[in-house]
Amino acid sequence: MRLDYRVIADWVARDSSVLDLGCGDGELLSILVAEKGVRANGIEIDEQAIYKCVERGLSVFHEDIEVGISGYPDESFDYVVMNGSLQQVQKPDAVFREALRVGKKLIVGFPNFSHISSRLQMLFSGKVPVTPSLPYQWYDTPNLHFLSISDFHDYCRLRGLRIEGAAYLTKDRRVSVLPNLFAEQGLFLLSKRPPAEAHPGTPREDKDTS
Amino acid sequence: MIGPGRALDTDRYYVISSNVVGGCMGSTGPSSPDPRTGRPYGLSFPMITIKDMVDAQRRLVAHLGVERLLSVVGGSMGGMQVLQWMVSYPEAIRSAIPISTTLKHTPQQIAFNEVGRQAIMADPNWRGGDYYGQPPPAKGLAVARMVGHITYMSETSMEEKFGRKLKESKRGVKFSPEFEVEGYLENRGENFVRRFDANSYLYITKAMDYFDVAGRKAPSEIFRGLKAKVLVVAFKSDWLYPAHQSQEIVKACKWAGVDATYCEVHSTYGHDAFLLEVDEETRLIRHFLASTLNGRHHEPERAPSHEVRLPGHR
Repeated sequence: MRLDYRVIADWVARDSSVLDLGCGDGELLSILVAEKGVRANGIEIDEQAIYKCVERGLSVFHEDIEVGISGYPDESFDYVVMNGSLQQVQKPDAVFREALRVGKKLIVGFPNFSHISSRLQMLFSGKVPVTPSLPYQWYDTPNLHFLSISDFHDYCRLRGLRIEGAAYLTKDRRVSVLPNLFAEQGLFLLSKRPPAEAHPGTPREDKDTS
Repeated sequence: MIGPGRALDTDRYYVISSNVVGGCMGSTGPSSPDPRTGRPYGLSFPMITIKDMVDAQRRLVAHLGVERLLSVVGGSMGGMQVLQWMVSYPEAIRSAIPISTTLKHTPQQIAFNEVGRQAIMADPNWRGGDYYGQPPPAKGLAVARMVGHITYMSETSMEEKFGRKLKESKRGVKFSPEFEVEGYLENRGENFVRRFDANSYLYITKAMDYFDVAGRKAPSEIFRGLKAKVLVVAFKSDWLYPAHQSQEIVKACKWAGVDATYCEVHSTYGHDAFLLEVDEETRLIRHFLASTLNGRHHEPERAPSHEVRLPGHR
């Protein structure tokens, strides 16, 4: 199983409800149904992926995330997942706010743009980096926005979100030292900060320092 | 779509497919004899609604001794009947598959139907609907069907099918059909007249125009508490029942917390796609029915003991 799926499956509570934004062929949702008995829902733009989801017995909507997310009442889901889709939408901030409205908690994963291989490529070749986690050329990439793990920490602070869990990953292992430099992917479990903790201390994760 | 190994697999499911009340090929309609007079009803036949059609289907299903259907499936007007089942008899269905349809008829849809009705009523043979035993309003009904066929296709599908090609056999009379598209429409119109009653066309198109399943309620209210799973299917080039109307159904399901799936199938066939894109529909419906039957994840299918109902389509 993909390491990021393993982490997400460990975070998600049994018998909860999950909306996966950009669910692809439904692999993650199927794992969550099988392991955690979740009520699964997905939104996906690719028609062929929708057929695969239906073959897996999943309930999914064939539509644009940015349109589809607005159709749900507040807190319809225990978790809203955006694993690899946040950086691909036109207006990530707007989608993020809608996801926060629709979900009680958010799980966000994205490729870390400031991974050392990206930095070195930029520095030495002077070209836009092409790496295992960002394998596209500038002219055919689905990624519209580029962010690093440090950027995302700042963003969570700006939006007043509590980081309940964070995992910094390469393809096959977790990174514990200097994640903003060595992790290819950042994965976060976020919740809305309760009003009582309007000005709490730092999140319990190590702050990124690289 | 119906048969052994097909989307509605008769090796696995019992399939009930009935004609609609108001029609002319089974259920009672304006061409049926009025028991009081022994003559066809004509316009003394009462106005009918999509709800009347579904109420009649519900009685048929009860008559067959079936309490709960595995699914109700239908496209276009059949899809309206599916939506009506979801609202009128939510307890009687385990799933619903509305295809290429809408929560309510829009002015554009009403307008096309009205052109068809006016064509029929302008035919001198119509005689206020009392034409049985005499020449029927064939020309009017054929024109109505021609208008219909234009709305069932797309600009692309017409371009691909006909282009500006000319017919091979021309009659040499001014304004007789010379483009292939004209010949096609004339042919479709004439075929339709042989199998359809003009008064039924009036009653059924009116039933579609009256259709507004939510009525005064908000669409988000009508499916509240619905336990049935829903599969909504639309086709990209359908401009008669465009995908955004299916998305309204999806939105109402989402808001009501209904377990729903939506697929917008790529096709260039226009509204006809729901009759032609059989492979895509089969792929969706087969698995959707299997997961309705077996719960969320598929197990090997059980012996057939379940019924699927297929409302008559357009």
